[in-house]
Amino acid sequence: MADATHDDVGYVPPAEIEEQDLYHAKSWITKYVFCQDAKVIAIQYSITAIAIGLVGLVLSWLMRLQLGFPEAFSFIEPDDYYQFITVHGMIMVIYLLTALFLGGFGNYLIPLMVGARDMVFPFVNMISYWVYLLAVVVLCASFFVPGGPTGAGWTLYPPQAILSGTPGSDGGIILMLVSLALFIVGFTMGGLNYVVTVFQARTRGLSLMRLPLTIWGILTATVLALLAFPALFVGAVMMLLDRILGTSFFMPSIVELGEHLSYGGGSPILFQHLFWFFGHPEVYIVALPAFGIVSDLISVHARRNIFGYRMMVWAIVIIGALSFVVWAHHMYVSGMNPYFGFFFATTTLIIAVPTALKVYNWTLTLWRGDIHLTTPMLFAIGFIVTFVNGGITGLFLGNVAIDVPLSDTMFVVAHFHMVMGVAPALVIFGAIYHWYPKITGRLLDETLGKFHFWVTFLGAYLIYFPMHYLGFVGVPRRYFELGDTQIFDQSVGDLNAFISIVTFIVGFAQLVFFFNLYRSYSKGKEAGPNPWRACSLEWQTAETPPGHGNFGKELPLVYRWPYDFNVPGAKEDFIPQNMSQSEAFPKRKAAAKTSRSRAAKK
Amino acid sequence: MNLLRELTDKPWIATEGIPGAGQEQKMLSAVSSGRAAIKWLFGVGSVLFFLLIVSYGERMTYEDWRPLPESKLLWFNTIALISSSVAMQWAVIGGRRDEIDDVKIGMLSGGITAVVFLAGQLLAWRQLVQMGYFETTNPAIAFFILITGLHALHIVGGLIAWGRTAQKVWWRGCEAGQIRGSVELCAFYWHFLLVLWLVLFGLLFAGNNNLSIILAICGLR
Ligand code: HEM
Ligand SMILES: [Cu+2]
Repeated sequence: MADATHDDVGYVPPAEIEEQDLYHAKSWITKYVFCQDAKVIAIQYSITAIAIGLVGLVLSWLMRLQLGFPEAFSFIEPDDYYQFITVHGMIMVIYLLTALFLGGFGNYLIPLMVGARDMVFPFVNMISYWVYLLAVVVLCASFFVPGGPTGAGWTLYPPQAILSGTPGSDGGIILMLVSLALFIVGFTMGGLNYVVTVFQARTRGLSLMRLPLTIWGILTATVLALLAFPALFVGAVMMLLDRILGTSFFMPSIVELGEHLSYGGGSPILFQHLFWFFGHPEVYIVALPAFGIVSDLISVHARRNIFGYRMMVWAIVIIGALSFVVWAHHMYVSGMNPYFGFFFATTTLIIAVPTALKVYNWTLTLWRGDIHLTTPMLFAIGFIVTFVNGGITGLFLGNVAIDVPLSDTMFVVAHFHMVMGVAPALVIFGAIYHWYPKITGRLLDETLGKFHFWVTFLGAYLIYFPMHYLGFVGVPRRYFELGDTQIFDQSVGDLNAFISIVTFIVGFAQLVFFFNLYRSYSKGKEAGPNPWRACSLEWQTAETPPGHGNFGKELPLVYRWPYDFNVPGAKEDFIPQNMSQSEAFPKRKAAAKTSRSRAAKK
Repeated sequence: MNLLRELTDKPWIATEGIPGAGQEQKMLSAVSSGRAAIKWLFGVGSVLFFLLIVSYGERMTYEDWRPLPESKLLWFNTIALISSSVAMQWAVIGGRRDEIDDVKIGMLSGGITAVVFLAGQLLAWRQLVQMGYFETTNPAIAFFILITGLHALHIVGGLIAWGRTAQKVWWRGCEAGQIRGSVELCAFYWHFLLVLWLVLFGLLFAGNNNLSIILAICGLR
C-alpha cells in the first residue's frame, strides 16, 4: 500500500543485511527441523515449552492429590512430593514461561514487528533453540536416574540441596544444575540476538518510540535476563563444584549422622543472594513481556491508542532497573540486618509506583474505548484484574513485619501464583488467540475461546483465593501433609479438597483450548491478513502466514506509531504503520489541493 | 545523547513525506551487528565476573581465609595475553591497509599466544596441585580454579571464532578486504577478554590479593 509513494524523490530503501544472504532452506530437514527462520524457531520453542509445561501441570495435579486427599494415594511418598514441587516450580518459571515469552513470542514477533527479514544472527538463533531443547531433555532425564530428580525446592538452597537427606541428591541435583547452566547458555545466545535485532535491524522510520509496547516489554525483559541469568549461572556452577569436587563455596562445616563431612567454611547465604539476584528480576522477565503484550491487545481491541505511550515505555524501563535492587525481600527471614531489610522493603514498595501507573494507563485506555469483548480482550482484562490482585498481596509481603509471619505459608504460594502463574498464563492465552490468525491464517473459534476464558479465569480464582486464607491461618508451604496437627480446623482439610477438585476441572478445561488449536488449524474461519484491523507491521505482511523473509520484495517504510486508531479524518478506523499521510487522509490532501488552486486563482 | 533524544520523541506525530528521505543510506552489516553483539556480551560477561569477584570478596572477609600462593607463572601468562591482543590489533591494522601479509602475521601470532596463555593457565593449575596446596576446601584455590576456568572457556570460544576466520584467510584465500570485518570482530573480543583478565588478575591473583586492600579500605576486613 505504502509502496505507491516510492517513486517520490529522495526515497531511500530501508537497510537490509547485505553481506549475509537470507537463509534459504534447502531440504525438509533444514526447513522444519534445523531451521534458521525465526518464525519456525519460535514455533519450536513454543511447542517445547508448552509440552514441558504440561509435565509441570501434571506434577501440580499430583501435588494437589496429596494435599487434597492425604493418605488416600499411597503411591505418593514424602520424597516424591518434594520432587514434584521442585520440578514443577522450576519447569513453570524457567522452562515454560521464560522460554515461551522470549524464545516463543520474542522470535515470532521481533523480526515481524520491527520490519526485519529475520533475526540478525539466524544461525546462533537456531543453536539457541537446540541448546534449550537439550536443557529440557537433561531436566527430564533426571526422572530416570537412580534417586530421581532433586527435591530441594525450586530455590535449591544449599546445604540441604546437595546433602544426602534430600531426595535426588545423587544424580538429580547434578542434572538439574547442568540443565540450568545449559538453559542459560542457550538463552544468552538467543537474547543477544533479540537485543541486537531490535537495536540494529529496525526498518526505516521505525524509531524506538514507534515500537509496539510488546517489543518494549520483550526487549527490556531480554536485557534483564541477560544481566540476571549470570547470577544463577555462577550459583549453579559453584554448587556443582561443591557437589562434585567437594569444594566449599556454599557449604559450612556439617555433621551428618554423627559424621563430620569434609565441607567447611562456605556461606549458604551467599547462594541465597546469588539466587535472588537472579530470582527477582526473573519475575519481571515474565511480567514485562506480559505487560507489553497486554498493552497491545487492549489498544487493538478497544480501538484506541494506548494512553500515555511514553509513560508506559519509561515505566517498563524503570521497573526493569528497579527489579535489580529488591532481591533481598525474599530473604527477610534469613537473619539479615534490620536496616538491610528496611532498605529492601523501601525499594520493593517503590516499584509499585511505575506498576500502578501502568494499570491506570490500561484502565484509561479502556475508558470510553470501543471495547470489543473478543477472546484476546477478555484474557487481557483478566490479566489486569489478576495482576492487581497479586500485586496488592505483594505490597503486603514486601513489608518485613508482615512477611515474617506469612513467610513459608500458603499465602506466599497464593501470591506468587497470582502474579507470576495465573497472570502471565492469561496473557499467553490472550496472545495466542490474538496472533494465531497470523501464524496459521485462520481464526480460533470464539465460542470455545470464551468458554476457555471463563473456566480458566474463574477457576483460577476458586483455586487461589482460598489459598490466601489457608496461609493466613498458618498452613505451611512445602508440607507433605498436615497430619493430626491440632491447631487446624477440619475446614482446612475441606478447603484443600475443594481446591484440588477445582484444579482438576480447570486443568481438563485446557483440553478445550488444545482442541481449538487443533481444529482451527484446518477448519477455522479464514482470517485474511489483518482480522483485528491492527496497525503494527506484522499484520501488514504480503502473505499470511508470513512467507520466507517476512515481507515482500521491499521492507515496509514506517510513517507512524502502531496506535493510530480512530484518527479523525482518516479513511478507516485504523492507520497501518506503513501507510503514508497522503494515503491515510485522501480527503485532507484533496482539500489542500483545492485550497491551493483557489489561492492560485486569486 | 542520541538515544535520549530518541526516547523523548513524540511518537504520536506521523512522518510527513518519506521517512528518512535525503538521509544517507545506513547499511546493516554483519560487522556492525557483530560489534553490537560483542558489546552486549561484554555486559553479560562483566556481570558474571563481577558477581564472582563479589563472592570472592565476601568469602575473604571470613577469618579462616588463606591467601592464594603466589605464582610467577601468572605474570608470564598475562604478558602472553597482552601480546595476543597486540598481535590481533596488528592484524586489524593490516586489514585496514589491505596488507594481507600483516593480517596473516597478526592472526597467526595472536592465535599462538592465546594458546600459550591457555597452556600457561593449565600449568598454573598443575602447579597448585603439585605444590600440595590442592585442598578443595581452601576457598582461594577453589575460586582460582573456577574463575580462571570460566575465563579460559571464553578464550576457547574466541579461538573457535578465530579458527573460522583463519580458515577464510588460509584455506579459502580471501582478500584482506573480505575478511577485514571478521578480523576486527575477533580482535574486539580479544581486547574484551584481556580487560577482563587484567581486572581479575589485578584484583584477585596478582601478589597478595589487592581485593583485600579494597575491602580493608571499606572497613570490611
Ligand atoms: C496449573 C496450575 C498450577 C497449580 C495447580 C499449581 C500448584 C502448586 C502447588 C500445589 C505447589 C506447592 C506448594 C507448596 O506445598 O509449597 C506449587 C508450587 C510452585 N508453583 Fe505452582 N501451580 C500451578 C501453576 C504454576 C505456574 C504457571 C507457575 C509459574 C510461575 C508456578 C510456579 C510455582 C513455584 C515457583 C512453586 C514453588 C516451588 C517450590 O516451593 O520449590 N506454578 N504449585
Ligand atoms: Cu521478588
